[in-house]
Amino acid sequence: MITLSGVLKTYSSEVAIGPVDLSIPPGGITALVGPNGAGKSTLLVMIGRLLGMDAGTIEVAGYDIARTHSADLAKILSVLRQENHFVTRLTVRQLVGFGRFPHSKGRIKAEDEAIISRSIDFLDLADLEGRYLDELSGGQRQRAYVAMVLAQDTEYVLLDEPLNNLDMQHSVQMMQHLQRAATELGRTVVIVLHDINFASHYADYICAVKDGGVVSFGAPDELMRDEVLTAIFDTEVRVVEGPRGRIAVYY
Amino acid sequence: MADLTIAPVRHSGPLPTARSRRRYSAVVTALALGAVLLGFGVLAWDNPMPLGSEGFWTIARMRATSLAVMAVVGFCQGIATVSFQTVTNNRIITPSIMGFEALYVLVQTSAVFFLGAAGIMAVQGVGQYLLQVCLMVGFAALLYGWLLSGRRGNMQIMLLVGIILGAAMGAASTFMQRLLTPSEFDLLMARLIGSIANADATYLGVAVPLAAVAGGLLWSQTRRLNVLALGRETAINLGVSHQRQTMVVLLLTSVLMAVSTSLVGPLTFLGFLVAMLSYQLADTHDHRHLFPVAWLTGFVVLAGAYFVLKHVFYAAGSIGVIIEIVGGGFFLSYILRKGRL
Amino acid sequence: MTALTRSHAQPPASPPAAEPRPRPARGRLFTWPLLIGLVITAGLVVLSLFVGVYDVFGAEDGSEMFAITRVPRTIALVLSGAAMAMSGLVMQQLTQNRFVEPTTTGTTEWAGLGLLLTMVLVPEASLLVKMTVAVITAFIGTMVFFAFLRRVTLRSSVIVPIVGMMLGAVVGAFSTYIALSTNMLQSMGIWFAGSFTSVLRGQYEPLWVVVAVAVGVFIAADRFTIAGLGQEVATNVGLNYNRVVLLGTGLIAIATGVVTVVVGNLPFLGLVVPNLVSLFRGDDLRSNLPWVCLVGISVVTVCDIIGRVIIMPFEVPASTILAMIGAVVFLGLLLRKRNHG
Repeated sequence: MITLSGVLKTYSSEVAIGPVDLSIPPGGITALVGPNGAGKSTLLVMIGRLLGMDAGTIEVAGYDIARTHSADLAKILSVLRQENHFVTRLTVRQLVGFGRFPHSKGRIKAEDEAIISRSIDFLDLADLEGRYLDELSGGQRQRAYVAMVLAQDTEYVLLDEPLNNLDMQHSVQMMQHLQRAATELGRTVVIVLHDINFASHYADYICAVKDGGVVSFGAPDELMRDEVLTAIFDTEVRVVEGPRGRIAVYY
Repeated sequence: MADLTIAPVRHSGPLPTARSRRRYSAVVTALALGAVLLGFGVLAWDNPMPLGSEGFWTIARMRATSLAVMAVVGFCQGIATVSFQTVTNNRIITPSIMGFEALYVLVQTSAVFFLGAAGIMAVQGVGQYLLQVCLMVGFAALLYGWLLSGRRGNMQIMLLVGIILGAAMGAASTFMQRLLTPSEFDLLMARLIGSIANADATYLGVAVPLAAVAGGLLWSQTRRLNVLALGRETAINLGVSHQRQTMVVLLLTSVLMAVSTSLVGPLTFLGFLVAMLSYQLADTHDHRHLFPVAWLTGFVVLAGAYFVLKHVFYAAGSIGVIIEIVGGGFFLSYILRKGRL
Repeated sequence: MTALTRSHAQPPASPPAAEPRPRPARGRLFTWPLLIGLVITAGLVVLSLFVGVYDVFGAEDGSEMFAITRVPRTIALVLSGAAMAMSGLVMQQLTQNRFVEPTTTGTTEWAGLGLLLTMVLVPEASLLVKMTVAVITAFIGTMVFFAFLRRVTLRSSVIVPIVGMMLGAVVGAFSTYIALSTNMLQSMGIWFAGSFTSVLRGQYEPLWVVVAVAVGVFIAADRFTIAGLGQEVATNVGLNYNRVVLLGTGLIAIATGVVTVVVGNLPFLGLVVPNLVSLFRGDDLRSNLPWVCLVGISVVTVCDIIGRVIIMPFEVPASTILAMIGAVVFLGLLLRKRNHG
């Protein structure tokens, strides 16, 4: 369970996020959707304690993230942003190995290696594990980062637009991986998505964010309605029944 | 169970393949061998006394001081630069431009400016050495505390502010320097250009423990340094308190830089040169493997430059200048290659 | 300052007229505030003519001294102040980075290196030869920096001046080496520290070239702005990107090279002035140009007057004061950036 109460982040007198009150239930995939600049990513990184808030509290699995040791939080919560660059040269496996740091503190043991191998296999990276990150395509690198976050073995996984840089095939594969992580490994995945149809098909809950606040939260069927989506995106949206669930049409 | 037999193939250590492990050992062995040979060369080459005689050892002992100084400076500059570049996530800067050297120049110049030629003597001595180290570390601590702490802490702005403050101190020094008499100026310049001869053997009693403590503390942080190298957000995600850890590492770095700069004077690009060579030689992200290579490389570069200058060009005094030019040349070629910063 | 603040309030102050007035894309070039600024600057310049140890009215040869030293000095102030401020502006436009100017890109150090090389290799070279070489090296240096910027993807605008100052340090180290081995270190220091003390009739005249540079900048102002948006944008609007960059670099190199040879180094001027102006007026290059010239002239003149008065009968070089003031203003701008994101 992730609970936000009165969370507020002020940028200037006109731009502010919140105050937000929100509960994200454990299990499944929760997708944060909304127009650009609505504050989806900001909310996500505040839950992931990458960004401080100006007021309010966030609790993850009962731990207040402002009061809990960062090292302890790293065992229950992992967060991945879309842009990651650093100058170190690492192989895929070394990067995924860093996911074990919260548990191993850098001394990788046999059981860590087993978990690392499992995450790599989970994301179909076994053939690439010896390659250096700078030799990979953007999509492969994205998968390596997700593998690292999964190797962290946390109950809660927060991902900021993991489908960026991915083509159609890899976007679908990534969502399938995440769905399996939620069902087979029992993770709670919170994810920022741009495409409402991906959210509709793969998410268990959708949280719509607009102008720095949460405007609606619920199962995809509750949100996938003409009037709800039109209000969220300020665009004429029509929801049609597709072969595999509801699809929003906005063009 | 068949997994067990192939388990060694899949491992995520710092040197993933057998080949990389062999390469690393070969590099360390070669560097160590080079260090020993150069060390012996500095002691024995051109020693007028027959090898092993009492006179030989007297001369060797005098030269051993230089060797010790080079070992300390190589250690400080190598390890400090690698750590600094890791926490700043930037491989083209060296900690020496952060105002340490400008502060050194300012202290030395003011001494000569206000006290005349006697000023050079006034800033020598173990107490003065220690004071100067404290001044530099204090300066660094103030800078980091001011610009890195709090919610608005910003690494890049801190770096730039350090450089700007250095430039301002440099302008003040330049102004004082132009009012000096030529003889005072020559005296001062001898101190301002990095040189092994600047070091006094008595300083080593302070410098070695300081460097050892700071280096040892950094060694204890190596695993966290590996995580810090992944950038702020990944580091926080993995549970490393990025801000505090960065400050700790930067402070230790400043101790090492202060020890080195106060010992031999400014060597702006030595650290850059050594760190760059170390990354190439060690070819790993792991600081436990990088640090020894950085130390050995630092020593080999210094001793090599010293040896060549002294016995080939007969100009031991300008070692700092030579290192600046070689390191600077490497810097230029490095930034002109395509990359990302 | 009041003139500056008022000009800020002017553009939006146009009252809502009964019928929609045409909205010009840019503000008018000559406005009341600009005239006021002009008067203030002129006042400073006149003041500069009459400040000094030598009593130009009382003494017998007063008028002659006035013509030999005061007038050339003041003209040099006006020309070099305007030149360096505009160089900074052009560089900032071309790189779209507020922290770039000849001091933070190594251009000044390159010009100094050229000057030093001529002094060492051809000691009897005329001022014109020295200047030509300095301009050429400044050009090369600026191109090196631009080449670096184009090859490397940068994460933060603050990295750019850090790299530039490292680059400058490399070139400076090389100059130091040459000066050291030819025993010219102190005279080099004096030469490079920008000072107007030694500006006399018969020596400053090459500075007039700067007027041509100013005209060139005025004419090409919009092209620099477009080129700063990148090669694709420039090509899209039918502009030859490379030619514009070459033109801009050439103008900067001429201004920097000439000022370095005649006056010396004027640190941070090109950075502080355009930033101050855009702080008050926003970012329209062409209508800001006269302001940049005026403020540049005023700042240099004030620094020079302070330098002449502060320890009378001695003089502090204007560059020393400029470095101090410049560093403070630079820090202010940086911290402002930090606080406003």
